[in-house]
Amino acid sequence: MQTWSLVSICVLLAIIARWGVSLNSYSGAGKPPMFGDYEAQRHWQEVTYNLPIQEWYFNTTNNDLNYWGLDYPPLTAYHSWICAYIAKTINPEWVELHKSRGYESTQHKLFMRMTVLVADLLIYIPAVVLYCLYLTDGSSKKKVSIMFCFLLYPGLILIDYGHFQYNGVSLGFALWGILALGLGWDVLGSMAFSLALNYKQMELYHALPFFCYLLGKCIKTGLIGRGLFLLVRIGVTVLATFALCWLPFLAEPSQAMQVVRRIFPVARGLFEDKVANTWCSLNTLIKIKSILSGDSHFTLCFLFSVPQCHFKVNSSLAFFLFSFQVHEKSILLAALPACLLLNDLPLMALWFLQASTFSMLPLFLKDGLLVPYIVTSLGFLFFSIYLLSALDHCSEDKLRLGAYNKLFYWLPKMDLFYISIAAMVGLSIATAVLIPPPHLPDLFPVLVSTTAFLHFLGTFIHFNVVQFSEPPSRKSQKKSN
Amino acid sequence: MAADSCSWFPALAVGVSLLKCFFISAYRSTDFEVHRNWLAITHSLPVSRWYYENTSEWTLDYPPLFAWFELGLSQVARRFDANMLQVENLNYASPATVLFQRLSVIVTDVVFIYAARECCRCVREPKGSRDVLSRPSFVLAVLLLWNFGLLVVDHIHFQYNGFLFGFLLLSVAKHLQSQHLQGALLFAFLLNLKHIYLYVAPAYGVYLLRSYCFAQDNKDGSVRWSSFSPLRLLALGAIVTSVCALSFGPFIAMVRGREFFFCSGAAPSGSAPSVYRVIKNTHHDVEELPPASMTGGLVQEFEHSVLPSVTPAVTLVCTLLSILPAVASIWLRPHGAQGFLRCLLLCALGCFMFGWHVHEKAILIAILPLSILAVESREDAGIFLILTTTGHYSLFPLLFTPAELPIKVVLMLMFTIFSFTALRKLHSAQGSLLHPLEVIYLLGLVAVAIACEVVFPLSPWQQRLPFLPLLVTSVYCAMGVCYAFLRLYASLLLRREEKPKQL
Repeated sequence: MQTWSLVSICVLLAIIARWGVSLNSYSGAGKPPMFGDYEAQRHWQEVTYNLPIQEWYFNTTNNDLNYWGLDYPPLTAYHSWICAYIAKTINPEWVELHKSRGYESTQHKLFMRMTVLVADLLIYIPAVVLYCLYLTDGSSKKKVSIMFCFLLYPGLILIDYGHFQYNGVSLGFALWGILALGLGWDVLGSMAFSLALNYKQMELYHALPFFCYLLGKCIKTGLIGRGLFLLVRIGVTVLATFALCWLPFLAEPSQAMQVVRRIFPVARGLFEDKVANTWCSLNTLIKIKSILSGDSHFTLCFLFSVPQCHFKVNSSLAFFLFSFQVHEKSILLAALPACLLLNDLPLMALWFLQASTFSMLPLFLKDGLLVPYIVTSLGFLFFSIYLLSALDHCSEDKLRLGAYNKLFYWLPKMDLFYISIAAMVGLSIATAVLIPPPHLPDLFPVLVSTTAFLHFLGTFIHFNVVQFSEPPSRKSQKKSN
Repeated sequence: MAADSCSWFPALAVGVSLLKCFFISAYRSTDFEVHRNWLAITHSLPVSRWYYENTSEWTLDYPPLFAWFELGLSQVARRFDANMLQVENLNYASPATVLFQRLSVIVTDVVFIYAARECCRCVREPKGSRDVLSRPSFVLAVLLLWNFGLLVVDHIHFQYNGFLFGFLLLSVAKHLQSQHLQGALLFAFLLNLKHIYLYVAPAYGVYLLRSYCFAQDNKDGSVRWSSFSPLRLLALGAIVTSVCALSFGPFIAMVRGREFFFCSGAAPSGSAPSVYRVIKNTHHDVEELPPASMTGGLVQEFEHSVLPSVTPAVTLVCTLLSILPAVASIWLRPHGAQGFLRCLLLCALGCFMFGWHVHEKAILIAILPLSILAVESREDAGIFLILTTTGHYSLFPLLFTPAELPIKVVLMLMFTIFSFTALRKLHSAQGSLLHPLEVIYLLGLVAVAIACEVVFPLSPWQQRLPFLPLLVTSVYCAMGVCYAFLRLYASLLLRREEKPKQL
C-alpha cells in the first residue's frame, strides 16, 4: 500500500482516538464555583474578547485575577481571542462578560472540543507527520509505525482532549522548531520555538537545548564570519518574534512586567498537589516546604536544573524533577522529546511515556477519564510493542549503555519492565477502586506520584548514561534531539 | 515492522476492539433501551410472560434464541447494576449500565472475529512472498473487522449485529470449506436469533437441496435425479428441526402473533434506500410530511394519499420476482459455493430493495459477504466499492447528533481510503476497478454529503422540510444499490460455466 494512504489512515485513527476521548468529561465539569481548566479557557475567551488588551493581565473590576486570571504568555491570549470571536458568532452567551461564568452546555462543549482539534490539525499533527517521514531512519513502514505510536501517546490526548488544554499548540510549535533545525533551517526553527515559548512559558524546559545547539552550531561554523552572521540572524529572528507577540504590552513597562509576574508565579510555592518530582517525593520523607523558605526553594531548583544543557529529554526531565512550581501536566514537556526517541530507543521511550501517562492518573480520575485512560494506555502499549518490536530492544547493544554496561549488566531489564507495568496496572486498579484509609486520604495519589518519580529518575539516569557513553560523531548528529 | 505471518490478525482484532471502546460514551439510539428492556424481561419475568410483557413500548420481537442470549447476558449484567434488570426502570441508563451494554457488544463480537478468521482462511493466497499489507487475507480481515457499517451501527447506534453476522459469515465460510452440515447448523441458529436472515434463506434452501442433497451432477451440469441422497436431506432436516425445537420449545403457541410485522407499514421508519423510498419521495413532492413521522422508530402504518399504497402482498411478490432468477440459476447451473454466495448476495439485495419494513442496516447483509468476493475478483471489487460506499453513506442519517459527525466522517474516510487503495493494489494487474461514470457517481455522494450535513442545516428550508436530507440521501443511494444489484445479477447469470463440484 502506498505511504500516503497508510499515513492518512493513521492520522484518521489518531483523530478518532482524540475525538473519542473528547466525548468524555472535562476538568471541573459541573463543579461550581471554580470549575476547572475548561472554564479557565472559556473565561479567557470572555476576558480577551470583551476587555481592552491593557486590562487582560491586570486585576480590575471587570477582570478578577483570582478567578482564573490569565497566566500564560500573550500568544495564548490571542488564541483565546480568536476562539472567542468564533464563539460570539455562534452563541454570544458563551462569552458574555460576567454572565457567562460557569457556562456549560452540550453545544458549548462541542465547540470547545472542536477548537482543540482544529489547533491540533493545524499545528501538532502535521509537525509529527513531517518529523517522522523526514527525520526518522528506516523503511517507510517503520516511519509510519513510529508516527502512529507518536500520535497515540496517551498523555497528550488525555490532557488536551479530556482534561482540556491546548498543549498541542505549544508542543507543536516546539516540534516544528526541532523539525526545522533538523532540516538545517535554523532561523525558521528559532522562530517556531519562540512562538512555542510565547504560547506557554513551560517551553523554557526545552530552551536550553535549543540555545546550546544553536550556539554550538554558530561556534562550529566559525564565530568570525558565517557563524557570527548566523548568530545575528537567529538573534534578530528571536527578538522580532518576541517583539511581535508582546507588541501591545511594550508601550508601557508596567504592562510587560505585569505579564511576567502573571506567567512566573514565584509566590505560589515549591509545588502544588501531588506531582512526581523530587521535591514532592522528598516531601513525604522530609517536609522540605516547611524547612526551607520560598526564595531558597527557587535557588535550589535553579542549581539542580541548569547543568543539563544538551539532550532534550534529559533537560526537560531535569527541569521537571527539580523545578519550582511544577504541575503534573508538565511531564508532557519531557514526553515530547521521548516520543522522538521511539525510533532509537523504543523500549525506554515507551516505558517512560507509559509512566508519564500513569503519573497523571489521579488527575484523570478527578476528571472522570478512567475509561479513556485505560483504552489509550492499552492501545499505546500494545501498538508500540507490536509495531516497533520494542521488547526485542533490551539487549545491551540496543539499550546503548556502551561503556557503562558493566555497571548495569546485573539489572534484569525485561523483568524490571514487566514488574513496572504490573505495578502501574495494580496501582491504577487500586486508585480507581479502593477507598484509602481515613488517616491517609492521599495514600493513592502519593503512591502513584512516588512510583512515577522512581520511573522518571530511572529514565533520567539511563538517558544520561546513553548520552555520555555515545561516541562524539554520533553525539553531533544527536544534538538536535 | 514486527508483523510476522500470523500475528497481524490478532493485532487487527485488538486494535478494532480498543477503537470500539472509544465509543462507550457516544450517542446511543433507542435500541439501547430496547436491549436493556429485553435484559430486564428475560431476567425478571417467567418464560411464559416474555412475549406478552408490554410495560415498555419496546416489546420482545426477536426469535426465542435471542431471548435466551439476553437471559445469559443478564446474569453478567447483575454484577454491574442490578437496577437495569427491573422492567419498570424505563430508560434506565446509569454509567454502569452503559458500560455493561457497550462491553457486551464488544465482547460478543468475538464470534465475528472468529468468523472473519475463518473467511480469511478460505481466500486463495497468490504464490510468492508478499508484503503483509498486500495479501488478500489481510485486506479481507480489515474489510470485515473494521467495517464502517458494523462499527457505526453496533458500537454507536447500538445493536448486536457483529455477533449475528459472525454466525452468517461462519456459515458461509463452512460452505466454502465444503462443510455443509456445519454451515446449515450455523444458519439454523442464526435464523432463530434474528429472523431478518430469512432474506437469504432461499439461497440456502435451494443450494443445499440442489448441491448437497443431490450428490452428483450430470456431465452437462444438469441435475442427476438418481443421485438424490435421502440421508443427507434427513440430516439437514434434523438439524433445522432440533435447533428450532431448542429455540421455540416453550413458545410455540405464544410467538405467532408477534413475530412478523405484517401489520406494520411497508414504508420503513428510517432512510433505507429501497424502491419504496423512491416511490414515497415522488409522493412527497406533492405533500409535506407531518413532523416526526418517519424516523420516530416506532413501527406505524403509512398510507400514500396520491400514489397507490403498497401492501405486504405486493412486496412479497416483488421480492420473490427479484430473487427468482438468482435462485433458479443456482438450481439449473450451480457454480458451487461461489455461486451460492452470489445468490445469497442477490437475495439479500432483492429483499432489501423490495422487502417489507426494511431497515437501512440490512444493507450490511449484502456488504459483508461481498467482501469475500471482492478480494478475489476484480469485477466484484468494483461492485463492492460502489455498494459499500453508497450503502455505508446511507447509514449516515442513523447518527444525526453533531458530536458524532466527526466520528462518522473520519471512520467513513478511513474505510473508504483503505478499501479503494487496498483493492486497487490487489487487482492492479488487471486494470482499473471503476468506470469513469461510476467514479462520477461516487464523487456525487461527496456533494450530497456536504449538502446534507453542512449546507442544509444552515439553510432556510431546515424548518419547513426537515426530512429533505434524509430523502435525498436515500434516493441517491438507492440508485447505487440498484446498480450494484443489476451488476451482481449480470455477473451471476453471464458467468461462464465451471465444472460443478462434487460434494
